Amino acid sequence: MTTVAVAGRRSNPASRFLRIAFFAVVAIVIYQLVLFIALQQTWLVGTSALPADQAFPVAVQQTINALSIGAIYALIALGYTMVYGIIELINFAHGDVFMVGAFLSMFVTLGIFGQTVGVSVTDIPFLILLLASALIIVMPLTGLLNVTIERIFYRPFRGGSRLAPLITAVGVSFILQNLALVFVGSGDRGAPQVFPLEWQIKFGEAKISVLSIFIFALAVSLMVALNLFVNKTRLGRAMRATAQDQQAASLMGVDLNQTIALTFLLGGALAGAAGVVWGLRFGYVRQDLGFNAGLKSFTSAVLGGIGNINGAALGGFFIGFTENLASALGFSRWSEFLVFLILTFVLIFRPTGILGQQLGDRA
Amino acid sequence: MTAAMATGGADEPMLVMKDVHTYYGQIHALQGITLTVNKGEVVTLIGANGAGKTTTLKTISGLLHARSGSVRFEGDDITKMPAHKLVERGIGHAPEGRRIFSRLTVLENLQMGAFSRPKADIQPDIERVFNLFPRLRERTGQLGGTLSGGEQQMLAISRALMSEPRMLLLDEPSLGLAPILVAQVFETIKEINSQGTTVLLVEQNALQALSIAHRGYVLQTGEVVLSGMADDLRQNETVRKAYLGED
Repeated sequence: MTTVAVAGRRSNPASRFLRIAFFAVVAIVIYQLVLFIALQQTWLVGTSALPADQAFPVAVQQTINALSIGAIYALIALGYTMVYGIIELINFAHGDVFMVGAFLSMFVTLGIFGQTVGVSVTDIPFLILLLASALIIVMPLTGLLNVTIERIFYRPFRGGSRLAPLITAVGVSFILQNLALVFVGSGDRGAPQVFPLEWQIKFGEAKISVLSIFIFALAVSLMVALNLFVNKTRLGRAMRATAQDQQAASLMGVDLNQTIALTFLLGGALAGAAGVVWGLRFGYVRQDLGFNAGLKSFTSAVLGGIGNINGAALGGFFIGFTENLASALGFSRWSEFLVFLILTFVLIFRPTGILGQQLGDRA
Repeated sequence: MTAAMATGGADEPMLVMKDVHTYYGQIHALQGITLTVNKGEVVTLIGANGAGKTTTLKTISGLLHARSGSVRFEGDDITKMPAHKLVERGIGHAPEGRRIFSRLTVLENLQMGAFSRPKADIQPDIERVFNLFPRLRERTGQLGGTLSGGEQQMLAISRALMSEPRMLLLDEPSLGLAPILVAQVFETIKEINSQGTTVLLVEQNALQALSIAHRGYVLQTGEVVLSGMADDLRQNETVRKAYLGED
């Protein structure tokens, strides 16, 4: 057989997955160590400094919390990055699609399943049915909402100025927030935390929340599924081709409208999933929820490298950990400052993000 | 013959463009192009930069649409048809500048080329293009962007062939290639044509284009100024002076 050039060859997916998993574990361990040490420093945390035997379980618990909040940001960030990757639009309404997802999930659990706020479900089969139904109902709805937004508000601008759809996206964000205001009012609405918060796994002195593990596992499964779809299927290939060069893709027979709609569908569905777990984790939903979460998720996408799917996931967890570090050390009021400080530094020193941008060839 | 063309009769040429006007925004790029391509031919469009050669190909493949006039392919009016539908109808377009997908592997680029034939078994076609361009076989798993210019051009042509087009539009396939590769690419175009694909070829390299073409059209500022058999064009005084670099 002839010799095969190695340059630019893709490593096989299984080994790539193992490598990612390895780095993830290393990063988590390092984070725990940092937190474990930081929690003991009086100069840093003042009188709330903990002795080593108490700092360890706190560090473990906080790390798991960070994974679950990071998972939520990562799920939302994927929608930002996919849409930006394919039509170079920052979909400012995306955070609000997540908010709608959180409300829909609340309606499903309260309305369809007749649950009440403050009561959890300990019957495991029923809990699985409830969560699965919430995801199966909410994800397609937020996906379709996102597709509808693209069809009505963004598509007419395609091929024209890039500023026009951007401004429209800000407008759509306001429309969704105000519609939510009309239908559900302002302020916190209690979301039923059907997943029992008292379910915990003992790990030495540390108590690890099962909900956090569930959220993390769900997010990772969705990301793996998305990765398989994008990298292994015919339509996923068409999406990647369209993101690189729309004209060339259409010369291959790719229907651009369909492919772009598919991208919005997937992004919206992932935001819907994030909405479902948000309610479980935080127990409230608000009409302006999408603004804050959306901004942080957008930061995650930029941090990882806009247009880059793996980058968005990485960025989401990075932001989750950053926020968690600040709040675990008693500086939760500074967490947003820290997040946007990081964004600023990334934009100054590495504007293409950690893993690099993946945009169109002619961008 | 003229009557048959107008009514779309059975002996209508494969491609008929009739008084086509295409605009880029305000720019009047094609100012009444009329041309025909018969089944089995290699036809070349020659002319200076900005003459409208690329615009003509884009208007055929649906990347641009004529504001007036008509484009007919195999008897059907395709003037307003979008690009992705025309691939299914048998028009393959290897665009200017290669436009391969740089972050897709060579194999994925070829699979994209066959996108319009979802359920087909594409392995024989992959074999066919690997036989035309053996270099690509060694590069199957490599990302498109890491190929050399010549290899990218081979990939661009191969990718267009993957849709099994009955008519292949080639835009400057020799651009930026070393002379030895230019000769190879033109040989391959002849080979593709002899396997039954009709070819419409746009070239700066007018001499070589005319040497493999049956017929040619000379374009100037969006109009056909001269047309005829390739051999006649090569002998033509004006063509020799203007496009073949002879005084």
